[in-house]
Amino acid sequence: MLRRFRMEEPESVKDVSELLGQYGESAKVYAGGTELLLAMKEGLVQYERLINVKNIRGLNDVTSENGSIHIGALCTHHQLETSPLLHENLPALVKLEQNVANVRVRQVGTLGGNLCFAEPHADPGTLLMALGAKMVAEKSTSKREIPAEAFFVDAYETSIEADEVLTEIRVPVPDSKSGVAYLKFGYLERPSVGVAIALRLNGGGKSIHDATIAVGCAGPAPKRVLEAEELIKGTSIDEAGAKILKAGEIAGHAADAISDLHGSQEYKEHIVGVLLKRAFQNALSQC
Amino acid sequence: MSKAMLRHADAQTIPISFTVNGRQQELTVEPHELLLDVVRERLGLTGAKRSCDVQVCGACTLLVDGRPVSACTTLAFEVRDRSVMTIEGLADGGKLHPLQEAFIEYGGFQCGFCTPGMILAAKALLDENPNPSEDELKHFMHGNICRCTGYKKIIESIMAAAKKMRAGH
Repeated sequence: MLRRFRMEEPESVKDVSELLGQYGESAKVYAGGTELLLAMKEGLVQYERLINVKNIRGLNDVTSENGSIHIGALCTHHQLETSPLLHENLPALVKLEQNVANVRVRQVGTLGGNLCFAEPHADPGTLLMALGAKMVAEKSTSKREIPAEAFFVDAYETSIEADEVLTEIRVPVPDSKSGVAYLKFGYLERPSVGVAIALRLNGGGKSIHDATIAVGCAGPAPKRVLEAEELIKGTSIDEAGAKILKAGEIAGHAADAISDLHGSQEYKEHIVGVLLKRAFQNALSQC
Repeated sequence: MSKAMLRHADAQTIPISFTVNGRQQELTVEPHELLLDVVRERLGLTGAKRSCDVQVCGACTLLVDGRPVSACTTLAFEVRDRSVMTIEGLADGGKLHPLQEAFIEYGGFQCGFCTPGMILAAKALLDENPNPSEDELKHFMHGNICRCTGYKKIIESIMAAAKKMRAGH
């Protein structure tokens, strides 16, 4: 059961930002509602008013600009899993979106809402981090890009300011020598562990030119693991294959895994390693 | 923030116009009213069930513009100017929909609590993909839970209905 609240329905980002400034913590942005309404029904959070952002035009398109894919924050998971532009340019993100929750959540849940709610057991943040995505945050007077690494602060906490609105997610398109994979594991409704890797081979295709690794779900927020990346960067493919177990161990520790209903800390750390090895092989096979 | 800080929000009403099973409805709802409550309590259509209440089980599935949503977590005002289908609207007069016939013929239910959601989700699937593989069907229906018996007969029912619908019955 939901308690009574008021609904504001502004039609511009500027108006949303002003409403957020005016009402402060008693108001919250409402998009798909798939996370927010659950928390409100459980009585975990309560707001005097919600600000419906779905009447704002231009925030639910997927476009290609200068080698990047720009995803409007209001794009639903369903829109993304069926977007031809994403199928062509970011197949790993399509696969992730096809497996978010279930068909009803994907129908209304938005990518922007998913990221802003920052529920630890969510998929997109981890892959977006490995892809080097940037989040565009706007308010009445300014607009800035936040790298994915700086976006997630803690469980349910992002670096979006109180009167800022996430409007777009910008994802660089990996080149033809690249491979990207996101793998998750879980036996409950939400994933227990998620691991993403983006690899780029050198010109000859014999060694790892660049690698980006991120882990999520196991701890409070998605996290990039530079130390694991450094281990395989610049090495030959065979060498990287031999070192990936060690990289997995490092990533497991870096995940800040906590023991909970999804499993013990040790268990999750182990799964991070297993998934990273598989994700590495998967990404390599695409290069 | 502490709950005590919140004032009790003043009542706000939103007039909405939408169709339910093809029939025009004009209602006034408050922002916090849920589609499931409006459909069950105010329109008397009790086919959709409240079960998990957290968008996991699919017992409250309704179709909005032909796509499945969880009515338990959909604010009622969101269906303004849209079309809603409940299980009560699926049969054509006295004639059952092929999915309904198949669920009866193949024993696709036991207690029946999940059945309205199962059938509406299956309708959404077959409307977009009339010839799904069993894997595609399982993927699409993954969010609809049967807590009685299992899924074998549900899958058989939907596959049989799909075949019948493709043949134009």
